[in-house]
Parts: sequence; structure tokens; C-alpha cells
Amino acid sequence: MTDAQRYTATEILAILSSRQLRDGQVVFAGVGIPLLAATLAQRLRCPGLTILFEGGVVGAFVEPGKLPPSTNDQRCTKRANMVLGSADVLLLLQRGYVDIGFMGGAQIDQYGNLNSSFIGDPAAPKTRLPGTGGGNDISSLTNMIVAMKHEKRRFVENVDFITSPGFIRGGESRRESGLPMGGMFRVITELAVFGFDERTRRMKVLALNPGVTREEVQDNTGFKLDFEEDVALTEPPTNDELQTLRLLDPERLFTA
Amino acid sequence: MLEAQLEPYTRLRENMSKRDRSLREKVVALEEAVSFVQDGMKVGIGGSTMSRTPMALIWELIRQRRKNLSCSRCIISTDGDLLFGSGASDHIITSWFAQGILWGLSKVMRHHVETQGKNYEEWSHMGVGMRFRAGSMGVPFLPMRAMLGSDVMKQRPEAKPVNCPFTGEKLLLVPALNPDVALIHVQRCDAYGNAQIDGLQFMDIDLALAANRVILTTERIVSNDQIRRAPDQTKIPFFCVDAVVEVPYGSAPHECFGLYEPMMKHMGSYVAQVNADPVDGMREYLERYFYEPKSWNEYLALIGMEELLEASQRGRSIYND
Repeated sequence: MTDAQRYTATEILAILSSRQLRDGQVVFAGVGIPLLAATLAQRLRCPGLTILFEGGVVGAFVEPGKLPPSTNDQRCTKRANMVLGSADVLLLLQRGYVDIGFMGGAQIDQYGNLNSSFIGDPAAPKTRLPGTGGGNDISSLTNMIVAMKHEKRRFVENVDFITSPGFIRGGESRRESGLPMGGMFRVITELAVFGFDERTRRMKVLALNPGVTREEVQDNTGFKLDFEEDVALTEPPTNDELQTLRLLDPERLFTA
Repeated sequence: MLEAQLEPYTRLRENMSKRDRSLREKVVALEEAVSFVQDGMKVGIGGSTMSRTPMALIWELIRQRRKNLSCSRCIISTDGDLLFGSGASDHIITSWFAQGILWGLSKVMRHHVETQGKNYEEWSHMGVGMRFRAGSMGVPFLPMRAMLGSDVMKQRPEAKPVNCPFTGEKLLLVPALNPDVALIHVQRCDAYGNAQIDGLQFMDIDLALAANRVILTTERIVSNDQIRRAPDQTKIPFFCVDAVVEVPYGSAPHECFGLYEPMMKHMGSYVAQVNADPVDGMREYLERYFYEPKSWNEYLALIGMEELLEASQRGRSIYND
């Protein structure tokens, strides 16, 4: 109870996401929680983490308190190793230099497909969303970690529109669509950590966040969830993680 | 339809042979520079999101009441709002369209797409990049491996999934994009148009090479001697460029690397105003900041000295240790 008040939903999202990264990896990060979580990992456990941004940045080392408002701003380049054109940094994904793609999500489905384009019929949309940006490229070409808020309307059986492909319709459909590499690796929410079944490619719960029950996760999800046989219990955020995170984002730009 | 979008190679070459690519001075005033842009043209916009946006050129196009422009940019921000909201454009090709992640969805974009029939043509970020690159290479398409399997691809009959003639793998061919005119803002260039870009170059080099005309705005015009002392910094060669305009703070209220960061107070109040009322809010904003000022400097004065100085302080701090 008291533990839950130590941190906000977005803080635990950023911290659990950062724990998924390993030192030495090359990570292509989107703006917001992914940028923050990758930077957190870099400061805490993974000094050799190489962060790429779609604006053309290779080896970013974002300054505490100076988080960029997008991945195309000058702040992204501070102490980086290199700047490239945007098309060229995206092509690193296609060539295979990138271990992990790391993004937020507006709407996800049982196969890990993400929608950030349309709510409703694309021909007459109820809501026109901002679109893919580099999301489609990243999720088409590498292994993905998605960090997002857990709400029933965001976790739907099938997305209205596949902007960034997960496992499409499950099974072998991703490969058959012309995407032989990559796919959804992990989804992190304020409730749980999810992976995907090797065969069916459906989402399954790997670990529950501190104080969260199976029922709570299922109740907030718009499709039937599978659970790993031995569902793990995630360690709560440490003081070190929380302090470092708050130093990075003192104005709570992305962790409100 | 598609054939109309793709310029035949011979016409591309004819257009090129008619351009005056000699080493000549091209410095003009802002009002004159946009004469290259006629109603209905394809206009490529440099920079990305809130960075190195050629805002002064967009400002001038809107003031001169251009119509039916088909605009393309890798990622579009408030400039997209302004192009739709002013009626200058009814078609925007991009990969992401909102004011910025901090502000959620653009109500202006939503209004014009959901109820006014304007066209936001969505490609993946790499898709836009490969289209400009094909345009810059003088080939009709490039193959890529993203977008396949997604509904982004299904919305784009202009892109063709094929089986690779060498390996049999599925690939996506995306058509070249050769804008009639490219608008690009840089930190410095000489009077001939040799342009040096600091920091992130985005897709500007491909865009400049792909376009049939290029209008440059620059924070400052330097001598050709100064350019020649650091030729490795020159990213766009003079023979791509048709007009040069010196416009300090030419990306305001967006950022220009090393000089100023986005003017967040102005951005915040703009977003609050137009998202509260995408029609009247936008009309009032355009009236106050676009149509009423007599000059770009007057527009900057409306943004305000304090905000310009503060953005400059943040902008220059990128070079601090």
C-alpha cells in the first residue's frame, strides 16, 4: 500500500523498461518513456548502452534535466558519438545493427500489433492519430520493447489499424508478410511484464508488478490473457532507480 | 494518377538542363523568393518536427495566399497545422503529424482530416526517406523492408510489394518523390547557395538534390572564402540552389541547432489556442502573427525579446562542456 505511493505509474513503467536492457546493446529509442528508460539504464547498469534516435543520433547521452521534447531536437545530440541523416540512422535497423527497438504505444493487440494512426474506419476515422513516425520501421526490423499505460481500451483483441507490426495475425504471419526478422519481445505496463508465445505469438504475462493480481491484469485487458506457468513477481523500484530517474526528469516532463 | 505523381526521367533531366546552375549570386528578399512556389505545386519541407523548420518561407507563402500545395516533410509539427489551417495546403505527405509529443494530438490536423476532407498521406519515416533518396538518385523507386505487412502499406497503393528478382524475398518498392520546390533553412551559406548545416541534417541533402528548385533561408550569409575554409561542413552544393534569403531566427518558434531551441512559451500558448478552437483559434493566430505583421522582424517582436533571448541561451548551450 505505502509502496505504491512511492512512485507513479509512469515511473514504474520507466524503471521496469530500463531493466529489460543489457549492457553493450544498441537500442533505437522513441521519445518519452523509452528515451527516459534507456537513459536510466545507461546511468545505472549499462554504461556501454548505445542509444540511437530517429533524428540521426548515434550513441546519445542525454543530460539530466535536459530531456529533448522530441527525438529530433538538438538536445538529443549532446555528447553523442555521431550524427547521421534520418534515413541513414533508420537504415541501420534494416542492415541489422540494432538489438532492441524501444517505443511507447497508444493501442496494442493480442499479437503485439500497435496502432497510432486511426481510431475507427480509416476511410472515415473517428480519430486521426499522429501516425507511425519511425515506429513502423523499428517494429518491422528489430526486436521490440513497448512501454505503455495499461487500460482496457488500449489493450484490445485486434487493433483497428496495424501501424507498427507485431506478429500480425500470429503464427508465421509476420514472416510470411515479408518481415523475417525481429518482432515483439516485451510489453511493459504499470501492471505487468508481458512476452509472446513462441508458437501462437499471443501475448502472455511473464511477471506481475508489485501488489498487482492476475485478476487485475485480466480485468484491464480487452482479450483473454495467457499466463506463464510460473508467473514471476517483479521487484519493486529501488531507491537508487527512483532517485536517478527523478534526477533525469526533475520537471516530470515524461513521468507525471 | 500514380504516373502523374512520378516525373518521367526525361522530364526531370529536361528541367535540370534548363536550370541556371552557374556560379552566381542568388540573394533575394523573402517576398521574392517564394515566387518559385506556384499554387498546386509539390513542396518539400526541410528539417524535422520542431527543428530547422523553414518557418519564414512558410510564413511568407501563407501571407501570399498560396493554395493547393502538396507538401512533404519527414515529420511535421505546427507547420503542418498552419499549412492546413490557412488553406495553403490540402495534402501533406509525412510520417507523423502533431504539434509535438508534449501536447498530444493536433486538433487542427484532426479537424481538417476528419471533417474537411484534407489528405494526410502517411508513410513510415524510412518510407519518406527512401522516396526523397530515390528522387535524389534519379531512379523511379527504391526497395525497402519496412511497411510490409502493415495497414500503413495497405493505405498506399503508390507503394508496390514485389518479389526480389535475385532472392525471391518480399520487398516494398516506394516511388521517388521529386518536389517542384524544396524549402530549407540552414545556419549559414554563401551568396551562391553553398549551405552548411550544423547538427542534425535530417533528410535535407536528399531533399535538396531531389527537388527541381531549392529556396534556402539562412541565419547568416557568409563569404565564399569562409565556406572554402571548411568545405567538409558544406552539405548542399550551390548548383542545387535557386534562391538565398538571409533570415535570422528563420525557424522561430521552432529550433535551429546551436542557435536557439524551440520557444516553448509561444508553442504552448499557440497549442492551447488552436486546440481549444481549431477554426477560430487558428484564424486569430494567423491574423495576429502571420497577416498583420509588416515584416519577419515584426513577427519576431510579437514572439517577444525575452522568449528569443531565452531560446538563444538554451540553443547556444549545446556547445558548452
